[in-house]
Amino acid sequence: MYSLLKKKKLNNLKLMKMKRNLLYILLAAASLTSCKKDIVERNEVFPALAPNNIDANADAWTPILTASSTFTVAAPDAITTPNYLADLNEIKSYQKNLTQEQKDIIKYWSAGSVLRWNEILRDLVAKHNLPPYQNDDGTYPFPSAANPLAYPLFPFSNPPYAARAYAYVSASQYDALVQAWKFKKQFNRAAPYKNDVNVQALIPKSDLPSYPSEDAVVAGVTSKMMELLFPGDLDFIQKKVAEEKLYRLMSGANTRSDWDAGESLGKQVAAVFLARARADKAGAAIGTQADWTALETNTAAKGQTPWISLELPKRPPMLPLFTKVNPFLFTTATVEALRPPPPYSTSSAEFKKEAEEVLQMSQNHSREHERIVAFWADGVGTPTPPGHWNTIASEEFVKQNWSEVRWARNLALLNMAEMDAAIVCWDAKYYYFNPRPTQMVLTIKTLTGIPNFPSYTSGHSNFSGAAATVLSYLLPDRGNKFMDMAKEAAMSRLYGAIHYRSDCEVGLQTGKKVGEYAVARAKADGADK
Amino acid sequence: MLLCAVITNQVKAQTETDALMIPKNYFCAAGIYTHNSWDHYWEGTLKRENLNLGTISSNVYALGGNYGLSNRVNVLFMVPYIKTNASAGTLRGQRGVQDLMLAVKWLAAKEEIGTGLLSFHAILSGNIPLGKYEADYLPLSLGLQTKSIAIRGLLNYQLGRFFVAGAGQYVRKDNITIDRDNYYTTEMHYTNKVAMPNATNFLLSAGYRSLKFNAEGVVSKINTIGGFDITRNNMPFPSANMDATMVGGVFKYMFQSIRGLEFTAGGNYVVSGRNVGQNKSIFGGVYYVFPIKKEKAE
Repeated sequence: MYSLLKKKKLNNLKLMKMKRNLLYILLAAASLTSCKKDIVERNEVFPALAPNNIDANADAWTPILTASSTFTVAAPDAITTPNYLADLNEIKSYQKNLTQEQKDIIKYWSAGSVLRWNEILRDLVAKHNLPPYQNDDGTYPFPSAANPLAYPLFPFSNPPYAARAYAYVSASQYDALVQAWKFKKQFNRAAPYKNDVNVQALIPKSDLPSYPSEDAVVAGVTSKMMELLFPGDLDFIQKKVAEEKLYRLMSGANTRSDWDAGESLGKQVAAVFLARARADKAGAAIGTQADWTALETNTAAKGQTPWISLELPKRPPMLPLFTKVNPFLFTTATVEALRPPPPYSTSSAEFKKEAEEVLQMSQNHSREHERIVAFWADGVGTPTPPGHWNTIASEEFVKQNWSEVRWARNLALLNMAEMDAAIVCWDAKYYYFNPRPTQMVLTIKTLTGIPNFPSYTSGHSNFSGAAATVLSYLLPDRGNKFMDMAKEAAMSRLYGAIHYRSDCEVGLQTGKKVGEYAVARAKADGADK
Repeated sequence: MLLCAVITNQVKAQTETDALMIPKNYFCAAGIYTHNSWDHYWEGTLKRENLNLGTISSNVYALGGNYGLSNRVNVLFMVPYIKTNASAGTLRGQRGVQDLMLAVKWLAAKEEIGTGLLSFHAILSGNIPLGKYEADYLPLSLGLQTKSIAIRGLLNYQLGRFFVAGAGQYVRKDNITIDRDNYYTTEMHYTNKVAMPNATNFLLSAGYRSLKFNAEGVVSKINTIGGFDITRNNMPFPSANMDATMVGGVFKYMFQSIRGLEFTAGGNYVVSGRNVGQNKSIFGGVYYVFPIKKEKAE
């Protein structure tokens, strides 16, 4: 009996011990889950845009395409009219009861309209920068603008497509804002918070007239351009437009009539750019089987080894006729004039020496080289190299406190240079149709994905040379910063074993030459007076 | 009976799975070789091959140990050296030391139930990347470069020479830093930090254990909590939603002539998954268990 009791007591003790142990385990598990993992991203902490200079004379800056166009914006209601008073009351009713979500919307958009739409564009480019998967028979399908949501989704926003998208969006934003500044000056209707002391300014106050709204102009022109460029994402785009509109009203920056006039003007300006885009020959850049075969036979006829796709199954070369696209900064004749001299002959000793260097890079690379390759890879599923340069530029521009129109002008200069660099680079790639190192030396393994187009010259190098030239002009106090970055970006392609040294060096030089055309335009457009 | 409980070696930080302990002041040294390979993978839920990768394989050479702090508490560690390879396409494989795995295994409770023995183990483990290898180089990266900490509960019921066991694990993964300063998941991120989804790990096993020979069948399921699907024909990314259900077996042979020497071999096969390769792994290893302090006479 006694032993039985003892056993029971022992069992109870054991049970208690087990319970205590379980408690420890639960406590440990709880502490595992409670740790914070929050990451603050760089673009979440951008301050509200408070321009040092409202650029009141931007109405006189030279636009890209719309110097002789006429646009209509109706005269606004006087600030004493019932319509305007109703608009003010709408703002006040929003401001009476702002939710946290609405405050977050204000914080997000107040960093700047041109900036945020540039980010939205980068998002769309990254989302769509995916090469289509092959058909069962080993051929490849092409995306169709007419049916953008069927696989493969339209577009495949590869680097040339993306460069062109950034250029059209930025250039059209710039023209739309120059036109908006004309009407702002003409109508000179002040911001709501200046007309009614009971309207709060939840953004930095500005002396810029608010009719038509500059944010609305940007939203209107951009959403319209995106209908062409990203036709499968209109739900997302319209949601952003609606959110920005709400932001302008809630923050007291614009009335509904300011917004509507701006959005309408933006769409009118977009029509001019859309007409150009539809006729700029980009739609035919994919080429045909006959074009692809001719590239191969013509190169072989010159005694050179022609490029072949290193993908399995072999994929047609990326946008071989992009070279025919109508550039922004110069004529098609200049594209040919900017074409670099031929690469080393594929049978020359110099060519073999360069290939040998690539093999060395492939076999004996440092961790630092890996870092550089990865940092600048900007391959599949990214905003592409021009997008990366937009990120770099934006993060510098944020520090400058520029007006929206100057933001747009400077991004337009950058992105027109990037698009034209794509055209010039693609011209060299398909004129020479030069093989990749891995095609010539099978033991060369690459540190990043190998792009599906010829080697000479490097696209990254062209994009980076052009971008650094424009940014160095716009921000002279940054010294060699951008050019040093461009050199690193160019060399990353050699380190990654996907380009010969001469591809990178010549590409960088050509890119700089393209950038100079943008600089020449910048010096003459009236903004730097 | 001297048994050595060492980590089943998988590239993705699989930790100790069995209810075996070594006694106080004993040390078990382990050397394990694992070969992983797959030629199909899941892109989201879509199973596919990739002619530009061919077969992805890795060879893992791991050294580890287990020390009996007491009869109820064991301390384990393991360090793998890994080489990865793609049989097709141009991408270069990686090689190097991956992560240090450290674990404390605690026999928390033991109870006779019927004629069998029920035990409960709690295992706290951590993973610390040793090399500065590139995590954002999937599927050829050595690992995910994430510091993690995990807690596992393991119930084992032994009836004569037969046993069944079930375990559940929660893994908390730290943010990682990649070489890029921006990346896209389901939206753009402007940072070089990547928030890694935490994970759970469930396991069921059953088998036979004797003084000479162990044989065990295992079903396990790794599940990330959150994460996103790889989009069509996109590259994989460290913070993707990676799930896998695996079946496998472990065999162990204990030499009677050389006290403390054991051979182990086994394999694992992914039967279903999401954003992971359909991995087939086989492993073989040697354990040697020995006392590191002379046992005191009672």
